[in-house]
Amino acid sequence: MTMHSGRGFAAINYPIGMNLGGDPSQALVHSNPDGKFMVTLSSIDLGQGMKSVTRQIAAEALGIPVEDVYVDTADSDTGPHCMGSFASRGTHRVGNAVIAAATEARGVMLDAAAEELEVNPEDLETDGRGNIHVKGAPSRSITSAEACGAAQFKQGKTVSGRGIFLIPTSDVNPETGEMTPVSCFAHAALVVDIEVDDETGEVLVKDMQSAYEVGRALNPKLVEQQLIGGAWMGMSHALYETTEPHYPERDNGPVDFNEYLMPGPGNVVPHHISVLERPAPDAPFGGKGPGEMCANPVLPAMANAVYNAVGVRVDELPITPEKILRGIKANGGARPQGRPGQH
Amino acid sequence: MSKVPVQLTLNGSDRSVFVDPGQNLLDVLRRSLGDLTPKYGCGQGTCGCCTVMIDGETRLSCLTLAESVDGCSVETVAGIGEGAQLHELQTAFMEHFAAQCGFCTTGMLMSAKHLLDNNPSPTRDDVVEAISGNICRCTGYEPIINAILDVAARRGSGRHTS
Repeated sequence: MTMHSGRGFAAINYPIGMNLGGDPSQALVHSNPDGKFMVTLSSIDLGQGMKSVTRQIAAEALGIPVEDVYVDTADSDTGPHCMGSFASRGTHRVGNAVIAAATEARGVMLDAAAEELEVNPEDLETDGRGNIHVKGAPSRSITSAEACGAAQFKQGKTVSGRGIFLIPTSDVNPETGEMTPVSCFAHAALVVDIEVDDETGEVLVKDMQSAYEVGRALNPKLVEQQLIGGAWMGMSHALYETTEPHYPERDNGPVDFNEYLMPGPGNVVPHHISVLERPAPDAPFGGKGPGEMCANPVLPAMANAVYNAVGVRVDELPITPEKILRGIKANGGARPQGRPGQH
Repeated sequence: MSKVPVQLTLNGSDRSVFVDPGQNLLDVLRRSLGDLTPKYGCGQGTCGCCTVMIDGETRLSCLTLAESVDGCSVETVAGIGEGAQLHELQTAFMEHFAAQCGFCTTGMLMSAKHLLDNNPSPTRDDVVEAISGNICRCTGYEPIINAILDVAARRGSGRHTS
């Protein structure tokens, strides 16, 4: 038995959103008389932090403290339509819709404040701490709560806004197949170090080093948690998980957690992540969001690492010990590929 | 079939309930006693989402016959904090972003609490062993392990300074 070390690398571009007859999301924003704002969506937070990020985005666009914003989502009875939480589109599409709705609501709030202060609404600004004041004259001030209260109890205005963000469908050019399915791309590069046992075919993942470019990281801790968890799932996808071990046949497929192979807490791999921020011009405050890209670079990097370690090119996922051993046998033994500069 | 009376202590409160013969504890906790913190994941004892403590030991409530806890003390996440005051494990899970979808979290917390109740200064391997029966599909486990180790470290340093 020999353990062969291998290193694999992959770099990917990953699209934000998709092209299926148009890609819209909507948001509604309204204030209560106490100056607290409600953002109403039907977008689903699967755990990555959609509610936190839309709350931050709304607070920033309204110019009020994040504590004064509530997000009510995941119910299509009460929230406007959202295409869904998939295709890495949540932060980008929903965030843009929230900005549109919050901007409209902010306009009404400033109109109401202007009427109370007897000034022009264009002369007003918010301080992000719950105050609206005349530019250059902070003493001419009213709280956002007072402005929203006056709008609803004196002036007869609803402090509300509607927002939709739509990427229209992109027709496919029948000659070339060309289309523009997405609005922007996120990027990632990942290096994985492994050891492959040439007797059992087992892969031991030693270390992962990655760089993810996600636009602006609107909530850095949420970005980090999503990258850690997503890359771990990518490792699992690369080496363990499948519902069709003899794809496309369903034979011998797992039917429960007893048979579905996946790594546990003992298989955690050290993962060193660098987050690169290049704010995207069409994204909400530049944030594209990590999305599915968290997991994706791990798979090709792992396949390359296995090839580097034992010279077996596995082109079907997951890269199981059985496939590696069959490859080693077909090659007449392990063929470590070494690394440039290595002898 | 006639119902069976069961008396238990749930998070310190005496509760009486009639259960069906063969009914599992998870079902009774959620449907009859209104404690929705233990989750129904797989129903066959492999995911750990339904983990509770019975007389101080972690048990999978989906595999526990409700009749068998007559006279027992059952603890769930609903009872680990003090009123509105979160348990330090809950706080650490928040600080370490150890939950994403949250479905595994209540089971994880019970396994973690059991560990720390019995082993105040666990190693990383002890933590891994303690949560190895709880499946998490979002976090990659690392933040959960770190949160539990953090609570142990804070308790340890608290003892040293006091």
